[in-house]
Amino acid sequence: MTTTTPTPSPAVRERSPGTAADPGAAARRRRAVSQWLFIAPAIAYMLVFFSYPLVRNVVMSFQQYTPATYFTGEAPFTGLDNWRAVLTDELFAASLWHTLVFTAGSLAGQFVIGMALALFFSRRFPLSGVMRSLLLLPWLIPMVVAGTVWRRVLDQETGVLNEALQGLNLTSGAIPWLSSPDFALLSVILVNIWIGIPFNMVILYGGLQEIPREIREAAVLDGAGFFRRFFGVTLPMLKPVVTVVLVLGFMSTVKILDLILALTNGGPANATETLGTHTYQLSFLQLDFGQGAVVGNVLILVSMVFAVIYLRANREGMAR
Amino acid sequence: MSSTHTTTTGVRLTRAKRLDYASLVFGVLVLAVLLFPLYWMVNTALQPSAALAEIRWLPQTLDLSNFRSAWNSQADNLLTSILVALGAVAVCLALAAPAAYALARFRLRGARTVVFGTLITQMVPGIVVANALYNAYVELNLVNSYLGLILADASLGLPFTVILLRAFMVSIPEEVLEAGMVDGANRFRVLLSIALPMSRNALITGGLFTFLFAWSDFLFALTLNTTDAVKPVTLGIYEYLGAHVGDWGAVMAVATLSSVPAAILLVVAQRYVAAGISGGSIK
Repeated sequence: MTTTTPTPSPAVRERSPGTAADPGAAARRRRAVSQWLFIAPAIAYMLVFFSYPLVRNVVMSFQQYTPATYFTGEAPFTGLDNWRAVLTDELFAASLWHTLVFTAGSLAGQFVIGMALALFFSRRFPLSGVMRSLLLLPWLIPMVVAGTVWRRVLDQETGVLNEALQGLNLTSGAIPWLSSPDFALLSVILVNIWIGIPFNMVILYGGLQEIPREIREAAVLDGAGFFRRFFGVTLPMLKPVVTVVLVLGFMSTVKILDLILALTNGGPANATETLGTHTYQLSFLQLDFGQGAVVGNVLILVSMVFAVIYLRANREGMAR
Repeated sequence: MSSTHTTTTGVRLTRAKRLDYASLVFGVLVLAVLLFPLYWMVNTALQPSAALAEIRWLPQTLDLSNFRSAWNSQADNLLTSILVALGAVAVCLALAAPAAYALARFRLRGARTVVFGTLITQMVPGIVVANALYNAYVELNLVNSYLGLILADASLGLPFTVILLRAFMVSIPEEVLEAGMVDGANRFRVLLSIALPMSRNALITGGLFTFLFAWSDFLFALTLNTTDAVKPVTLGIYEYLGAHVGDWGAVMAVATLSSVPAAILLVVAQRYVAAGISGGSIK
């Protein structure tokens, strides 16, 4: 992040409250107003598309929505009914658990493989640049498309993965990747790892480039082996980048919906239902927006914890 | 002395070269494994449906019938996707450019709070936005409208673009901008005629990513539309998958068509894409 130094400048001094006698005060105020006009449209837009939904979801979580609401326009307040109904539902606990497993599993896989690839690509060899950009493709295609493609690859009967595993005699029968509750969550995690590898790789690669060569060379001269070098030098120096990657990864993973809808639709037997898909099911399929809002609010609470971590990491980055 | 020096360098070079080729081979392997699903998508799309009962590692003939039927069913949706994505880019850049400029160049009290708030917005889950937005859209008559979807999709790229543009505009030397103000041009003129042309790369990156985000959007397309009036290709493929499950050739042809923008971007605008992924997150 670019350094915004808080050194007092003429413009800052200008801001200090002028006395009534100051003839320039009015002009300055007028200028400040005209300057804010540059930002006003963006702020208004963000208030409508981000702040309003946050507030409205809290209000909605205390209201009762039924399909009839759209004819009558009435959504009466029912206190904590929605919260009670959602939180005592077993499906909510399951969704919360799936969300945590999905997020933790995805992050671990994406990070480890992304890091390995970043290290691999930071040695220069022919075509490494071209390969690095080709690897971005999984991240660039729409998630619904990725889900659709993997549904084909993982298909129990006609999928190429089962065909290959059986051809190599690695498994005796076809594995029901997406059609068995025992495998579905794992499969969805594997696909999401595939999607997230490029993002992790690109940012970690960028971080690795920033580490001065001399430091690693010095460690080599000191006789440090690969793992000593990685855990003793590279990883500590990469820490700010690692934090940002993990937190951004968390933020985007915890709310994933389209991938799961395309792959499993939350099934089989709710095995891949997460907070995101559960909100969608409640609001848009059962048309109970009040209960959907409750789950959405829980999702926000979970995200908020990590938002704080992200902003702290970012502030450290800004101070650099 | 000097001869031994050259030999050691020579030995080191050949060893380095051997390592190069080992890396190259390993790199190709990694690439093959990670891109295999996409290869399989195209491979399936190119085979006649009847041939799909058995696994064919290579298409036997170039059969375009799947693409023909995919095009017939999805051409309208592809056009919708393009229109919506371009609209989102226009809205996003029009809002982001002046805001980023003001946040970067003016010393306004509260500017830090705005930057902070912009960072936070990236953390609001889309489904939460959709939940509230749908209900507001019903009241405002924006459900099933291009405008409604464009405005919603622009929100996917706006925070990212503001942060990216601001980071870029902070680094423009003040003298360059002041030079434009000598003739009495106001700040808005300076933005239009000096700051924006200089920020071209950042604008392209922000625009590309907003396009990509909007093109990939499925959530808003799914929730803010109740009829077929406005149907982007992401929604098209989802419904197609439900209706044609089993006819993988046709479904994979649609998937291939909807990946085209990503593929084009990667070839044409490679450096902007890499810059966008790293710049948008760390800066």
